Amino acid sequence: MTEPLLKVEDLRTYFATEEGVVRAVDGISFEMRRGERRGVVGESGSGKSVTAMSIMGLIEPPAGDIVTGRIVFDGQNLLELSEDEMQSIRGGRIAMIFQDPMTALNPVYTIGDQLMETIVLHQKVSKAEAREIAIQALRDVQIPNAEHRLNDYPHQFSGGMRQRVMIAMGLSCSPDLLIADEPTTALDVTTQAQIMDLMLHLAEDRGTAVMLITHDLGVVAGFCDTVQVMYAGGIVESGTIDDIYHNPQHPYTWGLLGSMTRLDDATQHRLHSISGAPPSLIKLPEGCRFRPRCQFATDICRQVLPVLRPVGNPGQMAACHRSEELDLKALSVDGEVGAAASEVTS
Amino acid sequence: MTEVPSAYQRHIGEAAALPENVMLRVNHLVKEFPITRGVFFKKQVGAVQAVSDISFEIRKGETLGLVGESGCGKSTTARCVLRLLEPTGGDVYFRTGEDDHIVDIATADKDTLREIRREMQIVFQDPYASLNPMMTVASIVAEPLVVHDVGTKEERLERVKELLQVVGLSPEHANRYPHEFSGGQRQRIGVARALALNPSFMVLDEPVSALDVSIQAQVLNLMQDLQEELGLTYLFIAHDLSVVRHISDRVAVMYLGKIAELADRDALYEQPMHPYTHALLSAVPIPDPDIEAKRSRILLEGDIPSPANPPSGCRFHTRCPKAKEGVCDVDVPELRELESDHWVACHFPEVKKVF
Ligand SMILES: Nc1ncnc2c1ncn2[C@@H]1O[C@H](COP(=O)(O)OP(=O)(O)OP(=O)(O)O)[C@@H](O)[C@H]1O
Ligand SMILES: Nc1ncnc2c1ncn2[C@@H]1O[C@H](COP(=O)(O)OP(=O)(O)O)[C@@H](O)[C@H]1O
Ligand code: SF4
Ligand code: SF4
Ligand SMILES: [Mg+2]
Ligand SMILES: [Mg+2]
Repeated sequence: MTEPLLKVEDLRTYFATEEGVVRAVDGISFEMRRGERRGVVGESGSGKSVTAMSIMGLIEPPAGDIVTGRIVFDGQNLLELSEDEMQSIRGGRIAMIFQDPMTALNPVYTIGDQLMETIVLHQKVSKAEAREIAIQALRDVQIPNAEHRLNDYPHQFSGGMRQRVMIAMGLSCSPDLLIADEPTTALDVTTQAQIMDLMLHLAEDRGTAVMLITHDLGVVAGFCDTVQVMYAGGIVESGTIDDIYHNPQHPYTWGLLGSMTRLDDATQHRLHSISGAPPSLIKLPEGCRFRPRCQFATDICRQVLPVLRPVGNPGQMAACHRSEELDLKALSVDGEVGAAASEVTS
Repeated sequence: MTEVPSAYQRHIGEAAALPENVMLRVNHLVKEFPITRGVFFKKQVGAVQAVSDISFEIRKGETLGLVGESGCGKSTTARCVLRLLEPTGGDVYFRTGEDDHIVDIATADKDTLREIRREMQIVFQDPYASLNPMMTVASIVAEPLVVHDVGTKEERLERVKELLQVVGLSPEHANRYPHEFSGGQRQRIGVARALALNPSFMVLDEPVSALDVSIQAQVLNLMQDLQEELGLTYLFIAHDLSVVRHISDRVAVMYLGKIAELADRDALYEQPMHPYTHALLSAVPIPDPDIEAKRSRILLEGDIPSPANPPSGCRFHTRCPKAKEGVCDVDVPELRELESDHWVACHFPEVKKVF
């Protein structure tokens, strides 16, 4: 078997706050193959962005700290690299695009200057060559009049165009891994369709591995090969998109799918709703972190933290004590089911 | 010389015209925001045409969904309907509960508006920004009761506790502050406040957009339960077309200040006729990899034009795959009833199933 492109082992990233230690990412392990498109889904605060920031070496000390773990990228543990070495990987072999392109683009420099800066930083090319590469990069993301638009400032671009520029910038150095953190969340649905279509084609053509962070299971279904579902700092389930959507093994994944409204659903049935809200990452519950909201919880769930282990289809993993006996696939998800009301309102 | 009818006469005149099953009718609503230049002597140099001559009605007990992309005029429409904004033109006829008479909200005087506002309420998108952080839950929920001078202090507290229960919170929450609640719980507080005066009509402006899916489901279920129990009429605004399908009886699609299509829910999703509706529906992802693998999308070119300078003719013609030169860029398509209860504003409408 070939080496994975990325291997994350028992990563724990904590933040010191006045209220206590926030265990934002708490012991996650996963791998990505070359060219794999992996979705990272979960509710707000589940640790998706912190996972990405940890890989990019962007966790800021002293508040933020990677307390344990290894992040092995192409055979190299990124956590052992110096800041200089990390800087050359960042934007080079691993690129990242963010939800809000305005925060990543500098308003006082032209689009062209910023693109060329990235290119010169990571490739041994002259300024004139960098300009050519930049123009081509803008063409690749379908910006009309690329050679003129190079001289524009970010505010002269619409939200969708700025996100295209970010993609152009991200892909300009042909990274092996592109991390896209909610790249379309701030955009309208028709613009989202344009951007996802563009990313899919570019990633496929170049064989770029993409980690797509999103809360939208619909976007993942059209773009990714694999998914990992995160909850309260941990991975609760992972597998191929087919495994996750058609054969979920974790009650949270199952509940999430049941809470979604679907465009192709003509019935106005009551949605399944997961009662309550995610726990505080400062005071995590004992045992399974999903337990306070889980309708299937038993005694063992209260005591023992379930580990991510193979269950369901080959290659699929879930972190639930009861996956085998539950047969979630056979259970319908209509009606409000969940923990006792006291738990919701306490 | 023709005599201008008084506001009162206009109410009487229209009352006869409003069918019994109609709760609210918006007629030729226009809202423009002036664009000004200069610091000391503000000079108007143009206008954002946020809402441009739209008409629709909402029937008693139904949910009308209003969808469209950011900036298309959904919230502006809602605010004009409640007269939180002064409409530039048009009328908003509302059937008031008690004596069942019709009031034109767009021209009603202050006293009439004050009375009417008891019957119409709004819930906003952002559960964080819309609740005053300095007030307890009890005072937030009781505020409309105080404003309208309803009940004694004790009676109001009783009502607050009852309302908290209605929206699935516990009466013990009354003395807490908004920051102690999650997004979904805050949205419930907003709903409780909106319900305080027993409204008959509620505007829900993106009430679940800021919430995570699992929490979104809780709030959607709550809205449906309340509608059933209290017989409420909703104007439900959202940009998520799946949510709108789930909650609405009829749906209006807006593009750049105009209604592109308005139809019964099933007709709009299964037999859409407007090219913009087609593109919009085809862009919405479906959480099923098998379906997604087989779908082909209608990808629109370019961006939404500025409402300060909307395109001539059909406002969608700069991006429409079906646009015909000399027609679409010249003539404004009227919203016409092409099938029973199915309204379309397009010169070349065509039924197309897109997913
Ligand atoms: N107070 C204002 N002054 C100037 N322009 C405004 C004002 N309020 C709204 N607009 C403009 O009117 C248009 C419609 O705005 P509106 O808020 O109704 O959009 P929307 O459909 O609700 O969008 P979103 O989904 O972003 O909330 C937009 O172009 C907006 O910028
Ligand atoms: N700089 C920081 N200081 C303190 N807490 C943080 C910081 N960054 C993230 N967190 C916390 O880590 C948790 C996970 O955050 P994040 O990964 O950003 O969530 P999301 O899944 O929405 O991307 C959240 O509870 C968040 O508040
Ligand atoms: S381990 Fe127990 S509480 Fe956790 S998801 Fe499984 S059944 Fe639910
Ligand atoms: S009127 Fe013309 S431009 Fe407008 S939607 Fe119809 S075909 Fe397209
Ligand atoms: Mg995030
Ligand atoms: Mg709005």
